[in-house]
Amino acid sequence: MDKRTSYFEDITLLKDRYVKGWSLFGLLLFGLVPFVLAEYQVFIANLVLVNVIIVLGLNVLVGNTGQISLGHGGFVAIGAYMTVILDEGWLPFLPSLILAGFVAAIFGFILGIPALRLEGPYLAVATLGFGLAVTIIIGRMPFFGGHMGIIPPKLEVLGMEVRTNAHLYYLTLCIALVLGVFARLLIKSRIGRAFSAIRDSDIAASSLGVNVVGYKTMSFAFSAFYAGIGGGIWAYVLGFISPGNFTPVISILLLSMVVVGGLGTITGSVLGATVITLLNLQGEKIQEVPLIGPFFEWVSAHYMSISGLPNINFVFMGLTVILIILFEPLGLFGIWLRIKIYFKTWPF
Amino acid sequence: MIGQLIMTGIVAGSIYALVALAMSLTYKSSEVANFAQGEMAMFSTYVAFVMLATYQLPFWAAFIGSLLFAFLLGLFLHFAIIRRAKDPNVLNLLIITLGFQVFLYGLAGWKWGSEQRVLKTPVSQTETVEFAGLIMSQLNLATILVAILLMASVYILLRFTKLGLAIKATQQNETAAKINGIPTNRIVAITFGISSVIGAVAGVLMAPITTLDPNMMIEPMLKGFAAAVLGGFNSLAGVVAGAFILGIVESLFGFYVSTEFKSIVAFLIIVIVLYFKPSGLFGTHYTRKV
Repeated sequence: MDKRTSYFEDITLLKDRYVKGWSLFGLLLFGLVPFVLAEYQVFIANLVLVNVIIVLGLNVLVGNTGQISLGHGGFVAIGAYMTVILDEGWLPFLPSLILAGFVAAIFGFILGIPALRLEGPYLAVATLGFGLAVTIIIGRMPFFGGHMGIIPPKLEVLGMEVRTNAHLYYLTLCIALVLGVFARLLIKSRIGRAFSAIRDSDIAASSLGVNVVGYKTMSFAFSAFYAGIGGGIWAYVLGFISPGNFTPVISILLLSMVVVGGLGTITGSVLGATVITLLNLQGEKIQEVPLIGPFFEWVSAHYMSISGLPNINFVFMGLTVILIILFEPLGLFGIWLRIKIYFKTWPF
Repeated sequence: MIGQLIMTGIVAGSIYALVALAMSLTYKSSEVANFAQGEMAMFSTYVAFVMLATYQLPFWAAFIGSLLFAFLLGLFLHFAIIRRAKDPNVLNLLIITLGFQVFLYGLAGWKWGSEQRVLKTPVSQTETVEFAGLIMSQLNLATILVAILLMASVYILLRFTKLGLAIKATQQNETAAKINGIPTNRIVAITFGISSVIGAVAGVLMAPITTLDPNMMIEPMLKGFAAAVLGGFNSLAGVVAGAFILGIVESLFGFYVSTEFKSIVAFLIIVIVLYFKPSGLFGTHYTRKV
C-alpha cells in the first residue's frame, strides 16, 4: 500500500460525485417521509430520529472510544427535564435545548472522571448506578413533577409554532443531520483517531502522547451532549415525560442499538436505532402483525400466557442482540458493507 | 435499635452476598460479568414454583429440581452462547449476557405474565425467633443460615476438592491449566453452572420476601453486583464482606437518613469507593501491559 501522507480523503464529507448524488437523493427521500406516511407513522419516525441522535453519541463512546455506559438513560432524562423546564419560563426552545445538552455534557464530564480509572464491569456498574440515581432523584423531587411527570409547553421554534408531528419531524431531521455530520467529522479528525487509539490500547495511546484523561472525559461529555439533545426533543415528541420513561431498560435498549447497528460507524448508528426502535414498537403489538401474529397468539394460548404476550418483545430483543454478536460482530453495518461490496464487484 | 437494624442489614446482605459470590465466580473464570445472573435465578425460582404449584411436589423436591435446572441453565449459557462468540472481547461478552438477561426476562413474562405469585416455603415469615435480644422471623434466620452454609460449601469446594483446584487453576491461568491436562472449557462451564445454582438459592430465599414476579431479581442483582464491585471482583472473601457492608450501611441509612433514597446509597458508595480504589476494597490490582 502507498504511504499515506495526508488524511484529506478520509476527512472530506462527500468523497466524490456519486456519494454527493446519493446523499442528495437520500435527503430528498427523508424529506418526503411526512407526505407519504400516516400521522401515527410520522410519530414513530420522530421516535426513530430521536434514538438516532442519542445512538450517534453513544456510539462514539462505546464504538470509537471503547468505554461502556449503562447509564445513558440518565443523560437522556437530564436533557429532557432541563429542556422542558428552561423552555417553560426562561428561554426559547432552541437555546434551552442546546443549554440542556451542555448540562448533560457537564454531568457526562463528571461521570467521566471516576470512569477514567475503571474498565469492564466496574465501569458498567458505575454508569448503571448513575442512571438509576438520576431517575430516582427526579422521581422524588416535587420540583420535577415527581412520579406524575411534566408536560412540555407548546413548541415554538424561531417564532414559528410547531403543531403537527410532520413539523416536528422536519425539526428533528435538521438537528439529527447537523449532529450526524458533526459526529462524522469528529470521528475522522485528530480527536476521533485519539478515541480509536484509546479503544485499541490506552496504554499504548498514552505512550504515544495521546492525552488519555482528556480524551476519555471528552468522549463521555460528547456522548452525554447528544443524549441530552435527544432527550430534549424526545420530551416534545412524546408530549409528556415522567421518571418511568428513563429506566435502565432504556439504557440497555440504547446500548443494543449501538451493538446491533455496528460499533463505531455512523451508518451503523442510524441502522441500529431504526431497526431496534421499530422492532421494539412492533414487538409490543405482535398480534397485529399478519401471519406471525396469529401464530404467536396460538402459541401463547396453548403453551404460554395471553396476558404476557407483549413481553415477547424482550424475547426478540435479547435474541437479536445475542445472534448479532455471535454471527455478525460488525452488526447491520457489516451486512450493509457486504451487500455494497457484492454490487461493487458484481459480477465477480 | 441499632442491633436490630444491623440484623436487617445482615439478612439483606446475605442475599447480596450470594448473588455477588455467583457473579464473582464466573467473572474470575471467564472475565464475564454475568448480567443475566439475576434473571437466571428468577427463572429457576419460577421452575421451583411450577413444580410446587402445578405438579404438587414437596418443597424439598421442588427446591432440588430448581437447582438442577439452574445448573443446566448455567451450562447452557456458557456452552451454547458465550463460547460461540467469535471475537470475545469484554464489551461483546458483557452485551451477550445483557441480551440473555433481556431474553429470560421476556420469556418469564410471556410464560407466567407479570402477575405476582406466592412461593410457599416450609419456613414461616410471620413467626419470629428471639436471639440475643434481637427479633427476627424464621425466614430471615433461615436466609442467614442457608447463605452461610452455601458460602461454607463453596469454600470447601474450592479449598479441598479436585474440582475446586481445577477451577482455581483455570481462573489463575487458563493456558497453563490447559497444558497440565485440565479441560478448561468444561471447567468454566461447570463454574457457570455452580454460580447459577448459587443464584437460584438466592432467588428461592428472595421470593417469599418480595413476591414472585419477573422483576423480582432486578434489584437484588444490581445490589449484588454493586457489592461484588465494592468488595473487589477478584477476591471471593472480599466480595462477601462487601455484600454485608452494603447491606448494613443500606439498612442504617434507610433508618437514620432517608428511606426514599435508600436504593441509591449503594451506588453512591460504589462511585466513591471506586474513585479511590478502582479495584474495590479488597481486590488486587493487576498492572496491565500493552
